[in-house]
Amino acid sequence: MFRTSLTTNLILIGLLVVLAALPPFLGIYYGNLVTRLMILGIFAMSLDLLIGFTGLVSFGHAAFFGLSGYILGILMMDTETASIYWVLPACLGVTALASLVIGWFSVRTSGIYFIMITLAFAQMLFYFFNENTALGGSDGMFIFAKPTLAIGSWNPIDLEDHHTFYYVVLVSLILSYLGLRRLLNAPFGQVIQGIRTNEDRTRALGFATRRYKLVSFIIAGTLAGFAGFLEAMHTSIISPAHLGWHESGNVMMTVILGGIGTLHGPVLGAFAFGFLHDWLQDVTQHPTLYMGIFVIAVVLFLPRGIAGLPADIARWLRRKPPGDGGSPP
Amino acid sequence: MDFTSFLIQLLNSVQYGFLLFLVASGLTLVFGIMGIINLAHGAFYMFGAYIVWWLFGFTESLTLSILLGVPLIMLLGLAIERLAIAHLYQRDHLYQVLLTFGMILVLNECQKIFWGTDFYSVPVPEVLSGSIPLTENQVYPVYRVFISIVCMLIAAGMYLLIQKTRLGMTIRAGASNREMVQALGVNINWVFAVVFSLGAGLAGFAGMIGAPVSSVYPGMGDQILIISFVVVVIGGIGSIKGAFIGAMLIGLADTFGKVLVPDFASMAVYATMAVILLWRPQGLFGQSAH
Amino acid sequence: MSEPLLTTERLGKQFGALRAVFGVSLEFEPGVVHAIIGPNGAGKTTLINLLSGNLPPSDGRIHYRGQDITGMSPDRISQLGVGRSFQKTNIFPTFTCFENCWLAAQSRRPSSMRFFRPARRLADVEARALGALETCGLGERRDTLAAEMSYGEQRQLEIGMMLATEPDLLLLDEPLAGMGSEEATQVIGLLRRLAEEHTLILIEHDMDAVFAIADLITVMVNGEVLETGSVEQIRNSAEVQQAYLGVEEDEV
Repeated sequence: MFRTSLTTNLILIGLLVVLAALPPFLGIYYGNLVTRLMILGIFAMSLDLLIGFTGLVSFGHAAFFGLSGYILGILMMDTETASIYWVLPACLGVTALASLVIGWFSVRTSGIYFIMITLAFAQMLFYFFNENTALGGSDGMFIFAKPTLAIGSWNPIDLEDHHTFYYVVLVSLILSYLGLRRLLNAPFGQVIQGIRTNEDRTRALGFATRRYKLVSFIIAGTLAGFAGFLEAMHTSIISPAHLGWHESGNVMMTVILGGIGTLHGPVLGAFAFGFLHDWLQDVTQHPTLYMGIFVIAVVLFLPRGIAGLPADIARWLRRKPPGDGGSPP
Repeated sequence: MDFTSFLIQLLNSVQYGFLLFLVASGLTLVFGIMGIINLAHGAFYMFGAYIVWWLFGFTESLTLSILLGVPLIMLLGLAIERLAIAHLYQRDHLYQVLLTFGMILVLNECQKIFWGTDFYSVPVPEVLSGSIPLTENQVYPVYRVFISIVCMLIAAGMYLLIQKTRLGMTIRAGASNREMVQALGVNINWVFAVVFSLGAGLAGFAGMIGAPVSSVYPGMGDQILIISFVVVVIGGIGSIKGAFIGAMLIGLADTFGKVLVPDFASMAVYATMAVILLWRPQGLFGQSAH
Repeated sequence: MSEPLLTTERLGKQFGALRAVFGVSLEFEPGVVHAIIGPNGAGKTTLINLLSGNLPPSDGRIHYRGQDITGMSPDRISQLGVGRSFQKTNIFPTFTCFENCWLAAQSRRPSSMRFFRPARRLADVEARALGALETCGLGERRDTLAAEMSYGEQRQLEIGMMLATEPDLLLLDEPLAGMGSEEATQVIGLLRRLAEEHTLILIEHDMDAVFAIADLITVMVNGEVLETGSVEQIRNSAEVQQAYLGVEEDEV
């Protein structure tokens, strides 16, 4: 069952301190990049809830990520400004509803059917936005006006300021992580971990597993919607690509890369993946080619991901027989 | 819609449905027998189209290009099976999805490197470029009918292969009980390699024969892949019969959808899928316990 | 004579052309240890799967405490007080013994759709889980990963998990499967103690165990009930012996 060691907890706190201290040292470009990667970290954790902790391999998770961004864009289309106190709940509400509907169909299936169905539903949403000229079609749309935290004339946190937004996202990341931890330690979290490990047995123990899977799907989808909202706020654009299967594949990749079922792993994966992608775009004309090779390599050689590396290395080191010439690893 | 228009759309549906069937049958066979989800299946369709365009540049003959191209695609399929797919047999679906997703990225990029990002077209062969008159002023292209006929022959050939030959029997047995087939001492690796190459060849052929109609462009593989997934899910994984019926249903939904509800055409396909899954979550001919 | 706890009426299950179970009409009295025996392929496990809701019947009805439970899902049947242990060990291998029993015990809470407060604070669940662990003899192994235990211990855990759901009726599918004689003796002792407060329906091949603890025995052959009776009656029944002729070697 989910638990983290003291060492892991300390390392995570250390990383958070680093993240909090970084901004003065980062230029605008890298500041934006790290902000984006933290948002992807939230997105990845939401998928880990499904894949790593409930055993549901969803290949359409980007649908919720993108849908939320579009709702933001739609709500902000004809106004100068709006209050985030209703815009954010609206985005999350629509996303939650979408995950309820899609989830209801999908959890009636399992295994490969589940993968295919989630993919197909995501594609449905993709095409809906792709062919919708009012919303910009395949180019998507700009989000010029942004909601604010202002109440009356008091604006405590200026979300337009990139520096401030960085911290808003960091806090969001921390709260999301802590919220998911709480969830996993709560009775609900115990049941879904049982479902992931042995669904039949969980049902035989008296749990209506389908219901739990659906709720997990909704929670995960809504959290992905939160990440999508932050993304749209950050980049001021939303396009159908945000809902596409490449996006779903990429986030799945970050979860595996980071380590399924570890919760913090996917955040590490998002950073690793993000920096790699950024670097590749600088050094080659064909970044996608190398990303593809990287994905293949991770699947073949690193199935437990980055978070699993310490354990993998330790096990590999222990494998050396005592009479070995002592050759370095 | 008057009768002639209806007939034209119906013919289009059938033609599209047949092409979908060729692609989907490979996908469903590979999953049914080998237990592998191959997201890169659409790449065979795409490479088929590009190879035929490329070969046409040398041969000026569609027929010759197809005859040369199909073995090439099957070889590509064989290479991919041996080098990458073979590592997936014991792995979780999650890893299969990811690895084949990585393959799509690589293969799509390779296509761009070899042939660029332009749209290409392949001309319909002279002899098939005519039209069949349906009424006084409406005609239907001969080539589209030709596609349907050829696909029908291939479907019939597949039926014979699966139902009447030894290999087909092994395939059917493998689709319903893989372990048993292995336990019976059949060289399962060989069977897998054959099935995979066959699936690749079918998808590639669909891309080739459909090229004059659909053009050749980047991303065409991704598009047909998703639709093929829908077909396989509707028809039931592992069922060729299901793939056929599913393909025809989607052919109808897509074609008539584009005509009747053009703003929601693409969604018509997914709505069809949702309705069928509501009724039978395992697909029309799928096995319930998987 | 009290009301039967569980009754089946012409219960049947067909898989295509195969009749796995046919025309089974049985009554299970409360507090009784009712064993079901028969050669391999007699339909015993299918019958248990029908009773626990894992398989929907093709024919017939099942009543539990007077309520028609035919076709009910396994989770609902479990909530009614029917516990099930599996022939093929069906535990949570990556959980510790305690966590295995914990999840089982948590199922008795009115609802597990709780998202905020830590589960481990639920004292009643902890009490049930620890109680079940003690009863099945794994008190010392509470923090051991289930996957790292011996086969026999895993079989004990299998029973422990079932007990943590506080069932009235226990459906036990070959609890002694694959056990050495010492382990088996322990489990037989456990079953005897459980029989004092629960109703047991027991599938077993180990005849010594069956004759030691069963009050009633039903013999099944080819999916149908051959005979039901007391231990004496079955032991001396000519028909049963005939059904078992040549079956001795099958008892592994």
